[in-house]
Amino acid sequence: MAYTKRVDGRKFDELRPITAKVGIIPNADGSAMFAFGSTIAIAAVYGPKPLHPQHMQDPRTCILRCNYNMLPFSVTERAKPGPNRRSKEIGKVTEWALSSVVDLKRFPGTVIDVEIMILQANASTRCAGINAAAMALAHAGVPMKEMVASVSIGKIDDKIVTDVIKEEEDWEEGEGATDIPFSITSNSEQITHLQLDGKIQTKRLKEATEAALKACKKIHEVQKKALKEAEI
Amino acid sequence: MEKTEEFEENEDIESEEFEETEESNKKRVLVIPGEIISTNPDMLPGDFVRKEGENLIAMRYGLAEEDGRVVRIIPVSGAFEPRRGNSVLGIVTDITYNGWLIDIDAPYGAFLPVSECKRFIHSNDIEDYAGIGDVVNAKIFSVKRKGIDLTLKSKGLGVLEGGRLIKINPNKVPRVIGRGGSMINLIKDSTKTRITVGQNGYIWILGENLEGEKKAEDAIMLIAKEATSHGLTDIIEKFLKEEAK
Repeated sequence: MAYTKRVDGRKFDELRPITAKVGIIPNADGSAMFAFGSTIAIAAVYGPKPLHPQHMQDPRTCILRCNYNMLPFSVTERAKPGPNRRSKEIGKVTEWALSSVVDLKRFPGTVIDVEIMILQANASTRCAGINAAAMALAHAGVPMKEMVASVSIGKIDDKIVTDVIKEEEDWEEGEGATDIPFSITSNSEQITHLQLDGKIQTKRLKEATEAALKACKKIHEVQKKALKEAEI
Repeated sequence: MEKTEEFEENEDIESEEFEETEESNKKRVLVIPGEIISTNPDMLPGDFVRKEGENLIAMRYGLAEEDGRVVRIIPVSGAFEPRRGNSVLGIVTDITYNGWLIDIDAPYGAFLPVSECKRFIHSNDIEDYAGIGDVVNAKIFSVKRKGIDLTLKSKGLGVLEGGRLIKINPNKVPRVIGRGGSMINLIKDSTKTRITVGQNGYIWILGENLEGEKKAEDAIMLIAKEATSHGLTDIIEKFLKEEAK
């Protein structure tokens, strides 16, 4: 059976309804919430602050330390709390996706901590996490060149779809499912993060990139609106 | 004995940049990182603004303000950025053979050498002057690449005894002080407390009784919460009267 209609009735290039808010954690220097439909991520930023142990300090630059954490109740079957292989990898990938836009040279020898929590997961959690983290960094007053928006593009059977959900991720018929998370900067439209889980033809990847650019523009508008409407 | 004397002369520090500046007619717009503020090629980039071709681009979340030909961004959030001359409150975290390590909630640790005290302190008496956990009101003497040096050699600086220490966002400090110190004096007079505000967002309150201290603390927290509201002074005046009943 070919994939002609999306399981939740969206158009192929349509994002789930997005909710975004900043300033949700009063004790953090900056914080944000970002949700793609039922995927909800919150992020808190602390710092720049002194980094300990001292041997971890880099005298040339500040260090961005991202921590991705899926809460036990975020998925249908209780997730074991604490760091695991997957969360460490996503934390690292988030760091790479964000570090190129953050002006880290300004505070050598310090650290900026970014804590990302997934409250509810329905695919695209790392993208929601990166979006929330970018907003939280901006909200924390960290100097940044520009913003980053992230979206997951999928190839379900032979269709390119924007913002994949769990049911699509598990699609097995036809060509199966491919999940490609993209992170793209707001002004220069450069890709800071790209992963590929599955298989895709070379020319279809171009199609996916275009879909990602289009979706990230929309996401950036939402981020901008949330930051501008925040109480300062 | 000497400590009490120093305590008595502990006046609040009020420098010009510390106070809330006159509300000007300048238009201020909230911008986000990467946003193009101006496409006018005659404009020049100020604080946290960068020029790319003819565009001026924001590098930080804050209020963009045009000052003549210069566009700059006034931060509204984020951690304290230490500058030389800032007066800060800090907590002693460690004692070394020649001074104190102070936590002023900045990106770098701060150090207060014994030689920067008002009077001579013998190296055996360092702990007697200020122990771990004590609160000091100090001035930033220098900001080096990796560390901040503090000094007590200025009017009103020293160790703060008793009272309570609270923390607000350093960007809200000008609102707590008010124009010409109006807001802080209002709180001080109506709650009969002594208040010292550090530019790093630490605020020390000492009252005649706990009720006064609590009231002053609540009032300051309310200012921090309502920092952008119009008629803030009226809100605080009303709040202080309400409590008095």
